[in-house]
Amino acid sequence: MSLLSARLALGWLIGGEWRAHPARLALTAVAIAIGVALGFAVHLVNGSALSSFEGALRSVNGRADVQVNATTPFGFDEALYARVATATGVADASPVVVLRATAGTARFTLLGLDVIRAAQVTPSLIGIAPAGVDRRTDAAFDGQALFLSSAALRVLRVRPGDALTVAANGKATQLRVAGALPGVAEGQAIGVVDIATVQWRFGRLGRLDRIDVKQADGTSTAALTAILPRDATIGTSASDATRSDALSRAYRVNLDMLALVALLTGGFLVFSAQSLSVARRLRAFALIRTLGLPRNGIIATVALEGLAIGLIGSSLGLLLGYAVAYAALTRFGGDLGAGYFADGSVRLAFAPAAAVGFFLLGVFAAVAGSVLPARIAARVAPAAALRNAGDMIDPRTPVPWIPAAALIAVGGVAAQLPAIGGLPIFGFASMALILAGGIAGMPWLARTVLAPLARRSGRSVASDLAIHHLHGAPGQAATALCGIVASTALMIAMAVMVTSFRGAVDEWLGQILSDDLYLRVEGSSGFDPAAQAVLRATPGVAGIAFSRQVPLTLSADRPPVTLIARPVDARFVLLDKADRLPAGTIPIWLSEPAARLYNWKVGATVTLPLAGRYAVAGIWRDYARQQGAIVMRETDYSKATGDRTRTEAAITLQPGADPVRVEQALTARTPRGLARFVSIARPATLRRYALELFDRSFAVTYLLEGVAVLVGLAGVAATMSAQTIARTREFGMLRHIGVSKRQIVAMLASEGALLGLVGGIAGIALGGIMAQVLVHVINPQSFNWTMATRVPWGIVASVAGALVIAAAGTATLAGRRAIAADAVRMVREDW
Amino acid sequence: MHDDALLRVSSLAKSVPGGRELFRGLDLIARPGQLIAIVGESGVGKSTLLNILAGLDRPDAGQVAIEGVGLETLDEAALTRLRATRVGFVFQAFHVLPYLTLRQNIALPLALVSADRRSITARADAMLERVGLGTRGGGYARDLSGGELQRVAIARALVHRPAIILADEPTGNLDPETAAKILALFSTAVRENGVAAIIVTHSEAAAAIADIVLTLTATGLERRA
Repeated sequence: MSLLSARLALGWLIGGEWRAHPARLALTAVAIAIGVALGFAVHLVNGSALSSFEGALRSVNGRADVQVNATTPFGFDEALYARVATATGVADASPVVVLRATAGTARFTLLGLDVIRAAQVTPSLIGIAPAGVDRRTDAAFDGQALFLSSAALRVLRVRPGDALTVAANGKATQLRVAGALPGVAEGQAIGVVDIATVQWRFGRLGRLDRIDVKQADGTSTAALTAILPRDATIGTSASDATRSDALSRAYRVNLDMLALVALLTGGFLVFSAQSLSVARRLRAFALIRTLGLPRNGIIATVALEGLAIGLIGSSLGLLLGYAVAYAALTRFGGDLGAGYFADGSVRLAFAPAAAVGFFLLGVFAAVAGSVLPARIAARVAPAAALRNAGDMIDPRTPVPWIPAAALIAVGGVAAQLPAIGGLPIFGFASMALILAGGIAGMPWLARTVLAPLARRSGRSVASDLAIHHLHGAPGQAATALCGIVASTALMIAMAVMVTSFRGAVDEWLGQILSDDLYLRVEGSSGFDPAAQAVLRATPGVAGIAFSRQVPLTLSADRPPVTLIARPVDARFVLLDKADRLPAGTIPIWLSEPAARLYNWKVGATVTLPLAGRYAVAGIWRDYARQQGAIVMRETDYSKATGDRTRTEAAITLQPGADPVRVEQALTARTPRGLARFVSIARPATLRRYALELFDRSFAVTYLLEGVAVLVGLAGVAATMSAQTIARTREFGMLRHIGVSKRQIVAMLASEGALLGLVGGIAGIALGGIMAQVLVHVINPQSFNWTMATRVPWGIVASVAGALVIAAAGTATLAGRRAIAADAVRMVREDW
Repeated sequence: MHDDALLRVSSLAKSVPGGRELFRGLDLIARPGQLIAIVGESGVGKSTLLNILAGLDRPDAGQVAIEGVGLETLDEAALTRLRATRVGFVFQAFHVLPYLTLRQNIALPLALVSADRRSITARADAMLERVGLGTRGGGYARDLSGGELQRVAIARALVHRPAIILADEPTGNLDPETAAKILALFSTAVRENGVAAIIVTHSEAAAAIADIVLTLTATGLERRA
């Protein structure tokens, strides 16, 4: 007899169960749906943002085969162009100047191009004058002509023919909007002007930022690489993609993992619900096995239920996920508030492969959560199950702890292993193993925690019954608790990680914001030495430390680090420092992420794309620049780059000076052209702003935490009510022997509270261990910064309290319902 | 000579895990239309014997054959198939699934081997009619009394035309009046269908309807006069 021939009977059994307990099945399907929805939404948002960002890069690069890029914003000598254009394997080359430009308050990327060369290499960057507005065929060669992409036309609110004052590199000039850039992708604000105009009008004479190269067929970039000076590097579409991927990869992978956690919790909830459902139907299964259903028919029945839960949950989850992704993109942007992709709009792109993947993951979680209890049910001897009226509980049976300890130990070992490809794969594996070990150890924990209570007597009947039931059947308690423990542990782990991170950032802000005022120039060239001297002499100013930040590309396939020129004094707090440096080297101080990303050690000699030999003098803490930063003394920086302008200043006031008056005086002394680009802030404002940014970055994490809490509490409600209903006959018997309804409700409330307490203890302990993996393994491996653990005791206490109250409350409600029937009917109830 | 025995048990022995011997040298033959009652003290192994006859438990020694097929020669899948097609069960606790309709409960043995919904429903309805519940097929267990539930169980035991029916205390949960009605129905159904029935019981009323009453002791089955 095959399962196929028994399909009608299987259909009846599944259909009957669904009709009898629609709410239970709906809840488990919703748990899967939430997991799938979160995973799919996060993946969609990340994918859409990355795709838009890469699109933006391609637009600005004009789809050249290869680019020679400057490693700093100062560009490289234009003499390089002639050498590149005549290098082996180069079919054509187009010189480019790239500037961040402003017009009014709007910002865009301004490209200076040689139209004739660009037409051969990057035709998508060639402007077209619209018929009817500007019929001059020589518009492309007009020095004043500015061609704008449709996004730039929109943000600048101009039309072909309009005049526009454009500022860049500290200079401003008037240009005429001559036409559009139809080859540039929608959403990218780009302007193109003749290269000579840009070099002349914006102070970039003799300098280039990029050379776009068209390669001859089948050639490599080796010949080009050989002729490049230090301040230029080779970029290809592949390295561009790697760089944009590296920018936010760790963040995206971490979000994906957090979203999968929700799916995992959903899987545990299905396991919990199906275990209880199977326990309740044990005699029904025994009956149909007696009547002739094969052993695997039981597994098939429960697995089919799981499959149906998975199919419904996953389908709902995909729909919900798409809606959530749309809402998240609209509300938080493509990086979900983390600030990785600040520019450009992001369009939601459906990802069929991801949809199929998350659908299958949801189905797998539901089926796996069903098959495990089904296998246990199928192993039960049908004759024994048919005659057995109660649980096969033997409180003397020892509860194994070795498998749980082994899983946790292996998890501990996995946490010690290094990252793979910059991703903390073993860190996540470690968390999964610790979680699995913790859940496997639940029966042992329940028995151990309750053993002292079970040995004592003399309490109320209700308490005694509750403690002895849980102590005698710790496996049942574990089944009921696994979803709760999983969600609590993950929630605590995330809360500890976020609290540790936030606390570390707050402390760090206190260290770095030790001056009275901070001044910054944005979108312009900065203060020249004369302007610096004027500001230094401002009344009320005791001291002013100027600094400059510029991007510095160290590797074509990594985002640039930030090079910071600033005074290095005793207030500069270091994590590590070199005792001595090699003779003739210029000292630099690496931020912690820079040291870890480039694997540079204190005291080592390193090569930067700047003139001179450098050595790492120390490592400092930095939570602001994930891609790394390098501090150099102001004087060394000026020598290496020739740049004497400064864009930032930390100001110490004279004792008793009024900050408001000093602010006003500083603003008044700012050169006229710079005034609108200058902002002055106090430490408290900067600190508040930084922490607001932090909270925005973690907004999605808070959301995922909230979902974990809800799923966990839903798990408490579902498992408590299912267990209570399954014990209706036990309650009937108790009432027959004289236990009152009130005592039974009190017993259930006690059991619920004890379950919540044990689950809370286990979840918090596991969460604490997993938080150590998050804080000390996953965070450093993903983001390259370290921090100390900080425990959010308030959240921990609230979670424990909420679990106890939710468990006791739902158990009481379910108990009231269960004992509503009369006692005689309860004991006669067969099922 | 043609052997018309539907159930043949020879030299059966069984001990419980602790080593206590329940019975040994047990022989039994059941023929079509024959109703055999097995009585005995609690713990003597009546239910264990029934489980062995159904292929749900294995004896320590001896053979059980249903329609000439030795159960010891069958693997678990074949035993399952045999139960699904040739054995019917009636339990003391009825075991009527609460989430299936009465018609579905009765049709369950048929649905385990066939997906022909129309013929299954027709046979289940015919059985409902036979046990006096003709109009209740769409109802559920919670709508029925104990006697009515056992009628459903008897219908389920007969619907797939088994060779033997094994009944474990079929009237143990019923009052004497209802028990008498159920026993009469059971007896008629067994004889009309030509099946062999083995009833394990403590009830004298149940034993009274049997053609043969056997007392189970440690040394086997003894026929009661």
